[in-house]
Amino acid sequence: MNYDSQSIKAVRWVEKSAVVDVQGDIDLHRSSEFQAALLKLLDKKPTKLVINLAGVAYMDSSGVASLVKLLSRARKMGLPLSLVGLVDRVRSVFEITRLDSVFSIFDTEEEALA
Amino acid sequence: MNFETDKPVKITIFSMPIQLQIVRAALEKMCQMIGFDDDTTGGIILSVDEALTNIIRHAYDGSDDKLIEVELAQLSENDGGLKICLRDYGKYVDRSKIKPRDLADVRPGGLGVHIMKEYMDSLDYQPGDGGGTLLTMTKKLQKQEAGSDQ
Repeated sequence: MNYDSQSIKAVRWVEKSAVVDVQGDIDLHRSSEFQAALLKLLDKKPTKLVINLAGVAYMDSSGVASLVKLLSRARKMGLPLSLVGLVDRVRSVFEITRLDSVFSIFDTEEEALA
Repeated sequence: MNFETDKPVKITIFSMPIQLQIVRAALEKMCQMIGFDDDTTGGIILSVDEALTNIIRHAYDGSDDKLIEVELAQLSENDGGLKICLRDYGKYVDRSKIKPRDLADVRPGGLGVHIMKEYMDSLDYQPGDGGGTLLTMTKKLQKQEAGSDQ
């Protein structure tokens, strides 16, 4: 399946929840297509959205901004959005921008899907 | 591992987002050689990346065929550290007057300035000779990092 983004490795469905496996650096080069692909996924109307960032070694503020845009759209739809698998450096970006208190961040997919 | 050199590393890239990863890789190695811990290295890399992103977006209005000169130099005074100089030839904007946005206002964008001010010890924007901007950023090596042997 074509996700229109090299940053999205796969989208897995667990019942009606979508789990998105993200890969590579999410920086100025990738963030626009990353955001577009995530927003497109909302059209499939998942009941829950889990973004797995375990394959992302680096994310800059443009990548974070893409996820803030997704969160804003998801909240308007009443769709729960979670982030899982953040490596230390990616987690630090959320902490320094204090967005770790805005997003639901879990260590595992199981916790996010519960 | 520590290294001694008075010669800076110089890299020139085009204002293409895909080339930012080259600077990140060089910074990673430079920080490792100087002796920064992993957390500090991550903060330095992110700060420089944000500064380069601002140059591409604001000084060059997104054009991808302009030059950006990057200079990485080891600080020798006190416990040492890293000095990063970023030179562009685009529009000069006094970015020192740009305030980081209120983090309570959750919206996309505007986080780069906050990130740079949080992680770096100093940021200095000067108009470049012949146009553009010279941004100088420094990060001092903390004593525990200076004493560690990586």
